[in-house]
Amino acid sequence: MKKSFKLEDLDCANCAQKMEDGIKKIDGVQDASVSFLMQKMTVTAPDERFDDIMKEVVKTCRRIEPDCKIKR
Amino acid sequence: MNKKQKIMLGRILASAVLLVGAVLVPATGAVRLAVFLVPYAVVGWDILWKAVRNIAHGQVFDENFLMALATVGAFFTGEYPEAVAVMLFYQVGELFQSYAVGRSRKSIASLMDIRPDYANIERDGTLVQVDPDEVAVGDAIVIKAGEKIPLDGVVLEGSSMVDTAALTGESLPRAVQPGDDVISGCINQSGLLRVQVTKAFGESTVAKILDLVENSSAKKAKAENFITKFARYYTPAVVIAALLLAVLPPLVLGGGWADWVHRALIFLVISCPCALVISVPLSFFGGIGGASKQGILVKGGNYLEVLARTETVVFDKTGTLTKGVFNVTVIHPDDCSEAQLLELAALAESYSDHPISRSLKEAYGKEFDASRVSGVEELSGRGVRAMVDGRQVCAGNDKLMEEIGVSWHPCHHVGTTVHVAVDGVYAGHIVISDEVKPDAAQAVAALKTQGVQKTVMLTGDAKAVGEAVAEQLGLDEVHTELLPADKVTQVEHLLTEKSQKGKLAFVGDGINDAPVLSRADIGIAMGAMGSDAAIEAADIVLMDDKPSKIATAIRIAKKTLRIVHQNIVFALAVKALVLVLGAAGVANMWEAVFADVGVSVLAILNAMRALKSKD
Repeated sequence: MKKSFKLEDLDCANCAQKMEDGIKKIDGVQDASVSFLMQKMTVTAPDERFDDIMKEVVKTCRRIEPDCKIKR
Repeated sequence: MNKKQKIMLGRILASAVLLVGAVLVPATGAVRLAVFLVPYAVVGWDILWKAVRNIAHGQVFDENFLMALATVGAFFTGEYPEAVAVMLFYQVGELFQSYAVGRSRKSIASLMDIRPDYANIERDGTLVQVDPDEVAVGDAIVIKAGEKIPLDGVVLEGSSMVDTAALTGESLPRAVQPGDDVISGCINQSGLLRVQVTKAFGESTVAKILDLVENSSAKKAKAENFITKFARYYTPAVVIAALLLAVLPPLVLGGGWADWVHRALIFLVISCPCALVISVPLSFFGGIGGASKQGILVKGGNYLEVLARTETVVFDKTGTLTKGVFNVTVIHPDDCSEAQLLELAALAESYSDHPISRSLKEAYGKEFDASRVSGVEELSGRGVRAMVDGRQVCAGNDKLMEEIGVSWHPCHHVGTTVHVAVDGVYAGHIVISDEVKPDAAQAVAALKTQGVQKTVMLTGDAKAVGEAVAEQLGLDEVHTELLPADKVTQVEHLLTEKSQKGKLAFVGDGINDAPVLSRADIGIAMGAMGSDAAIEAADIVLMDDKPSKIATAIRIAKKTLRIVHQNIVFALAVKALVLVLGAAGVANMWEAVFADVGVSVLAILNAMRALKSKD
């Protein structure tokens, strides 16, 4: 399943890149992209584990850029 | 400016005033430090806080930390005014950067402002506004003058002028009347339209385009990947260099700690690769946005990169260089009447959707009984075979006639000739001709001025027709009488002929040429208004039918690439220069701040030029 989320207060392009790299390293994530320009994140992961993986994604984002909020 | 930016501006102004005050106060020692710490805290407290918090999260080389370290370091080496000023200018740069990025994001978003907000649907006699997502195929919707067409459909009632500019860049409105197709995203200008929906919102043209454009930033250009990789190594490398610079020279040469620490701090200020990380993707995004304003959809920055190096352009003829609207111009029966010959051909081709079949049916102009036709066989690249009123009718080109062993004779009219044979006996032929698009010749000439070295036309059409068109348009090469598979072979051959660095673009109308579109370095589909196949198979989609847009696309691609290269060279050169000067003790904090945020701001301003494109 591929899902996209809007991001709020994503203020630095370098952090967006770091978030993308970080999310891609999470176990189970097939693909991910964080677009600084669109303020958008897309995550591709298997359906049955998607919610668990998203928890990890949120954790990763909070670690790298605590100000950035993921809107669902 | 949003609320957050306004607060930041207030803090910057307050801090600037306090800094001036601090410089004027004739204090010394601890009092002087305290006086300078006030403006520093006002403008930089959040940077310090983020730096501490991010270290707790294991983010060491983050720009907040580096700025905090550089300014705190400056306080330790006794340069109070510099410490405050560096933080102040850093924040000014950040504010400007966020403002500029916000602005360009908005102007790009407004280009793509084609998403319809609602659809008017009739329920129990009254019009209600519903989400376009909730409208089902087959529902009738009402579009008032001035409203956006929310879903693709067919006009049931009413006539109007429709503005397609948001999708095609074409300023001339299109007239529609009952029976015509309308496409979502266009604006109904004058009359009231009742439209029967033919596609659900998720499948509609507007949804497909939005999806395509929104995902275009995911397909990264080589230059973007380079920057990403570069950024990964740049910051740690500069920080390590700074560390060595602070420690090694004093140990080796002895003493002078404050001076070398100061030089190291300059390194830290320049260590963020922000100018590149923001401006390069922004340039590509701007280029894609500017292109879409012209009705050119580019599926990713990587395609702009390839397009800028186009050396060979291969065209499909029908529907690309010519209008693809065939008209029956000549009917030459052998022994029956003209009407009979046309009827036979139209019936035999009645199940085919090929442009030639459509024009035969149009010329016939009458409704016919489908039960008269059976056993239809489409023979790719040759024609059709069908049973009509119990007789076997073959309609197609000379290859088909040879194949079934019917003696045929050519026609002196230039055009596509459809020969007809009934039960193995030649019955005559019909000539259909197509018209060259008005801007086709100009399109070919414009490509040459954009540095394209070779233009080639591939067609399944007869030699005489193809060569006549090629000569009229000034194409370098033409290959005729090709089957769909031959087109792939031809393109493969052309791929071997071009230079190593040059690229080959194939331009087709998206019908039947998906394999060629994907085989070429870059596939361009045109006339995509409503054709899903084209949008999916191609890398670049031209929303209107104009081949001249290809040269426009190449020009935009070249301009974008030029801006990207300017930014990369400029940012790297300034940073390298200041690093060298800083290490040598010539540059001070001021230059370092310029090399960081100043370069960033200039690169962003340059990147925003990519968005602007002329016709």
